Amino acid sequence: MGRAKGAIVVDIEKCKGCNICVVNCPTDVIELSKEVNGKGYPYAYMENPENCTGCANCALVCPDGVIEVYRVIV
Amino acid sequence: MDIKDIIKPENKVYSKTSLMTDNALSYCPGCGHGTAHRIVMEVIEEMGIAHDTIGVAPVGCSVLAYDFMDIDMTQAAHGRAPAVATGIKRLWPDKFVFTYQGDGDLAAIGTAETIHACNRGENIVIIFVNNGIYGMTGGQMAPTTLGGMKSSTSPFGRDIGTMGNPIKMTELVANLPGVYFASRQAVHKPSNVRKAKKAIRQAFENQKEKKGLSIVEIVSNCNSGWKMAPVQSNIWMEENMFPYYPLGDIKVDDVILGK
Ligand SMILES: Cc1ncc(C[n+]2csc(CCOP(=O)(O)OP(=O)(O)O)c2C)c(N)n1
Ligand code: SF4
Ligand code: SF4
Ligand code: SF4
Repeated sequence: MGRAKGAIVVDIEKCKGCNICVVNCPTDVIELSKEVNGKGYPYAYMENPENCTGCANCALVCPDGVIEVYRVIV
Repeated sequence: MDIKDIIKPENKVYSKTSLMTDNALSYCPGCGHGTAHRIVMEVIEEMGIAHDTIGVAPVGCSVLAYDFMDIDMTQAAHGRAPAVATGIKRLWPDKFVFTYQGDGDLAAIGTAETIHACNRGENIVIIFVNNGIYGMTGGQMAPTTLGGMKSSTSPFGRDIGTMGNPIKMTELVANLPGVYFASRQAVHKPSNVRKAKKAIRQAFENQKEKKGLSIVEIVSNCNSGWKMAPVQSNIWMEENMFPYYPLGDIKVDDVILGK
């Protein structure tokens, strides 16, 4: 069994900065940006991308469905 | 490994179902309605029944559900979704028919429609999003508002003595013989999302087998109405809503559990 490496892509303009993905990531990958998007919301991004396992927990709980998850086994 | 080597189409493991439109959801940041919508659409996609399913949207924050769910839908007057769904299902018994309703819709103004559709055992699915408040109209008390809980019409907290006890609609209708399956779930954490989706799948499978009515309650947050930040509202929900509205199956295969 190899190790899972993951990455997420957030639709920044549709993110509402609710923080729900942040607290549900088991490996503390996500944080909210200091800048805001066109609607005035801070948006989720990978602050610690090396920790992402592609588990998709963040995407499952994102109310707005704006997270895509990618995963490879290395 | 470079991130751009991970983010490739062949490595994609999750993105929202195409049965959710690309319209931005009208819900407040962090509101559970969006997740509830998405898992209903995922179930419909996974069952391959998108072209054979008709949804009935309610009055409430989810009144525009038809803008977000890319299947055939209609919208009923406040509380009347189970009656409208009854008519649709009886005209088209081979279609999958579901309602999507809030607690003000299902447990207040629509109590009669809910109870009688359940009692008749209409072969439909009811998705019941219980956030203990009237979200859309500004956080008024609902029949489901907890004892002591503040709302804009119970600013000192719901007084059980004068305002009655919060009503457990799913337990109530589970007692009716027409209800084949009743379950209570949540969508604020990954494990809950998975369980809620499983319950919704079971509900639609029951409809396929013509078993009668299946109801899945989703205890959810209304961070705006509760006047809390989204994450805080989910913690409050776990500490206050779940003890009164415990999660899990209530009636399975026509049998009330724990009786
Ligand atoms: C016949 C009728 N009465 C009252 C209203 C006003 N009204 C709109 S939404 C709503 C309550 C919605 O609460 P709920 O069903 O809990 O849904 P939520 O917004 O919390 O998701 C009320 C009373 C209406 N639109 N129609
Ligand atoms: S996929 Fe899993 S590990 Fe990666 S950011 Fe999302 S929750 Fe965190
Ligand atoms: S859960 Fe979704 S909407 Fe909320 S901050 Fe994360 S990506 Fe943005
Ligand atoms: S008012 Fe409440 S139920 Fe309505 S969208 Fe906002 S958080 Fe959700």
